[in-house]
Amino acid sequence: MTADAVVVGSGPGGASAAEVLTRAGWTVTIVERGSNYLVDPSDPTQRGRDFSNDEIKSVHRHFLGPDPLVEPRTFRSSETDGERLFSGEVNSVPATVGGGGVHADGKVPRFRQDDFALRSAYGPVEGTEVADWPIDYAELEPWYARAERLVGVAGDGSANPLAAWRSGPYPMPPGPAMYGATRSCQASARLGLHPYPAPTAANSVEYDGRPACNNCGFCAFFGCPIHAKGDPLALLQRALSSGRAELLSDTFACRIVTDGRRATGVEVVAADGSRRTIGAGAVVLAAGAVETPRLLMLSGLEHPLLGRFLMTHFQTIAFGTFAEDLHAERGRAVTHVHDDAVLVDADARRAAARAGLPWIRGGMVEHGGTSLVVSEAKRYPRGPHHTKLMASSPMRRRLWALTMQGEDLPQYTNRVDLDPAVRDARGLPVARITYRPHRHELVASEHHRKTLVRVLKEMGATFTGVATSPAAPGDLGWEGPRSAAPDSHHVMGTTRMGTDPKRSVVDAYGRLHAVEGVVVADSSVFVTSAGYGPTLTLMALAARAAAALSGSDPLQLRAVE
Amino acid sequence: MPVWLTDVEYHTLSAVCDRLIPETDDSGACRAGVPDYVDGLLGAFQYDPPRVFAGGPFSGRHGGEPGFGAFLALGPLQELAWRMRIEGSAGLPEREFNGPVVGWQERYRRGLEALGADFASVDADEQDRRLEREPEFVALIYEHCCEGMYGAPEYGGNRGGVGWRAAGFPGDVQPRGWSDEEVMGP
Repeated sequence: MTADAVVVGSGPGGASAAEVLTRAGWTVTIVERGSNYLVDPSDPTQRGRDFSNDEIKSVHRHFLGPDPLVEPRTFRSSETDGERLFSGEVNSVPATVGGGGVHADGKVPRFRQDDFALRSAYGPVEGTEVADWPIDYAELEPWYARAERLVGVAGDGSANPLAAWRSGPYPMPPGPAMYGATRSCQASARLGLHPYPAPTAANSVEYDGRPACNNCGFCAFFGCPIHAKGDPLALLQRALSSGRAELLSDTFACRIVTDGRRATGVEVVAADGSRRTIGAGAVVLAAGAVETPRLLMLSGLEHPLLGRFLMTHFQTIAFGTFAEDLHAERGRAVTHVHDDAVLVDADARRAAARAGLPWIRGGMVEHGGTSLVVSEAKRYPRGPHHTKLMASSPMRRRLWALTMQGEDLPQYTNRVDLDPAVRDARGLPVARITYRPHRHELVASEHHRKTLVRVLKEMGATFTGVATSPAAPGDLGWEGPRSAAPDSHHVMGTTRMGTDPKRSVVDAYGRLHAVEGVVVADSSVFVTSAGYGPTLTLMALAARAAAALSGSDPLQLRAVE
Repeated sequence: MPVWLTDVEYHTLSAVCDRLIPETDDSGACRAGVPDYVDGLLGAFQYDPPRVFAGGPFSGRHGGEPGFGAFLALGPLQELAWRMRIEGSAGLPEREFNGPVVGWQERYRRGLEALGADFASVDADEQDRRLEREPEFVALIYEHCCEGMYGAPEYGGNRGGVGWRAAGFPGDVQPRGWSDEEVMGP
């Protein structure tokens, strides 16, 4: 069994690479460790029918995977914690066909120009390895535009005065504003902020044969039952329809095979436990910023920086309780955001200087609520007050939250490696995450939360609070040692991109320096984390890397016929 | 008739649930059928396919063909995980790659026994004292109580949508969804 390329992972990165490679005439085998609920590989026009508005299945029973009982990860905040603090679920992105695109609520912002050149723009920060990317925004812009057209993104290109330039409009106009978002946007604007409709991969009109979103409210953590979401479905359908791609789900890539100089294939474990090797001249890694370095380590493809500079987003969640029902269960979970906290303005510089830092940056702020009624119930205490709390619902119906995805600076000590003892069900060492936020993230959170709370009060909140993830003992968000691990599913870094093979693991096209024919096509390659969700950027990078690998130029072709 | 619990265990569990989320005029764990949810979870593998993941894409409550009731076949790794979680590792090497795992069946059997077969008939203060002595078991039951109160009725709890109604939650809404006006207006 052979292919021109094996793509490991069927999420936004792997699907983007597979679409470009099959378009270039390559045969591709896509290997996905999770199950397939998204698309019928034998008839790609047939979409899955198993996603549903079912919180038990999707949120409490690990339907989208990975199940931490059979595929755990381990966590410690530093080496002084010993081998690990705990084993279980850590930063996991779904293990299912479509990967992180399936559970995401579809916010797909672009980065700004300065996100690619933090070192040049703002200078170094002690204790971090802030560096410029080897590419700039202008290089990536056409790939951003192509990714937006392929998956379908709704947005208003002129609504955000802080956005980077665009070569064209969004493919679709924004969908309807949630009632709570209208309220929080008005309050934000009165305080001088610049809220705008979140660029969202959910159809506001029928697009590419998929229906318009009907606002069911089950976006984050759920697959879309009507396929209105811009998950990797469209990309996988294109790849599979070429006749040159096959999709192997429930199949785990356990080793990259090389001849010492270049990749010759990938060894996989099938659902029945049998092992075989798929021969290929190229291996594209898109397993995510935790599993990709794990696979490289399992393959013995070491580099002194492999697994280092793991980044996530430091989440600052300011929440308000209101007298009235804001019905956040209606609509796309988050319809509006503001970017003001990414600016290094005079206020931010003063706050940084007081803390002895050269600068601080926050991140995109999401205006949203929650529709997770079972999760709400588990937060309230047991006893006679339980049903009264559920009926008055201060933490769901009357809740609104502003969540900042704060930029996380790259630190050498934050890393992924192989746990020395804990194994997955296949008997392979699992990924261990060693992570502690830098003071930059803490200071930026402290600074920007004040504005978020002001917005909630301006909006009319009767009670406000702030929680963070990760949290420290004594914080509102602290619920024991697990709170030291970041909740964010935005994981980045670990195979840093750069031009110097000593200071980076892959080159500017995602190619591994150490061995030929291995390309990383996910957020592992990020040099810095920006304050924006990574999905659109990693899709743009993956398509660009696949084009370089195959020597093709999809930007010259009509992207969407 | 419970599918996995004994009648005595079911009776004790019902009394525990009534203590954790007491019955009210329009809600409460027993009114919602939480003991049936727990019993169905513990006995999930007595069905084929196992009652772990309800089907999709619609329930039929807001249009469309009802599909939740047709539970999904489990993949090999999903089956391993859920057998480990429910049945425990049972000394099987393929389930003990990180050491032995105590399953929910064993935790419920032992936990309900520790609360006493007479739990349902003792007074509320005595019930609370016994519950205080089993904090980890009570935490597990409470998680399942919340799921059985407010999860989809196809899992055996939330009978007739009673939990959702009492919490002012519409439940699953596909394929109807919400109109733009319902999203945007107060």
